[in-house]
Amino acid sequence: MLLSVLGKTFRFLGYTVQYGCIAHCAFEYLGGIVVCSGPSMEPTIQNSDIVFSENLSRHFYSIRKGDIVIVKSPNDPKSNICKRVIGLEGDKVCTSNPSDFLKSHSYVPKGHVWLEGDNLRNSTDSRCYGPVPYGLIRGRICLKIWPLNDFGFLRASPNGHRFLDD
Amino acid sequence: ILCLRSPRNPEQKIIKRVIALEGDIIKTIGYKKKYVKVPHGHIWVEGDHHGHSFDSNAFGPVSLGLLHARATHILWPPQRWQKLQPMLPPERKPLQREEE
Repeated sequence: MLLSVLGKTFRFLGYTVQYGCIAHCAFEYLGGIVVCSGPSMEPTIQNSDIVFSENLSRHFYSIRKGDIVIVKSPNDPKSNICKRVIGLEGDKVCTSNPSDFLKSHSYVPKGHVWLEGDNLRNSTDSRCYGPVPYGLIRGRICLKIWPLNDFGFLRASPNGHRFLDD
Repeated sequence: ILCLRSPRNPEQKIIKRVIALEGDIIKTIGYKKKYVKVPHGHIWVEGDHHGHSFDSNAFGPVSLGLLHARATHILWPPQRWQKLQPMLPPERKPLQREEE
């Protein structure tokens, strides 16, 4: 009687460990569901929207200008931030505010990206803490899941003027 | 001694020693600023061979998010089999430690 209970317990633990490993690999290498909070990506992503992010792009180094990415915060490694890639390494970006008279530009250093939120007025992003190392990128958001009336792929940036083409 | 993703080249991992944590002020060797206060969420790493090391003296403080692992032992070659001790060289001690 006791032996069969022990046997069932061990089998249950075995299945749990197997599913845990598969789930960990899936979240690490494939993608996962993310709940976004904060106003910095409005109107593209509102507060408490649920999105799906995929991690394959970061492993194959195919993040493009204009992608929305999930990044480990440079100042707090335990929290994640969600911003749009405005410039890749070598690109020229505008570091001054739109209200400044004299525009200042700089080049994104090697191995870094320049991030900005879509809600430029209410977003702490690379204009505040500088270019972010590529190694901090965790995934690229490809699909919005919730709210259902806004289901689907994400819109292009409403701030097209921030993308400086050479 | 930590293994971290290089901030200049994300495909590469580099192994360096932690010299200072966030809040510490240290004197740099060959960096653009002589004294640096390590910002919140960052660490200062240096190689043990100061002249020929691509470390924080080249690219500045690194974000903790780039950390990958900690090196604890040398396994190969067998004649160098040893446990790596966390040891801070006395001449690289931070000038001012922020009290919590």
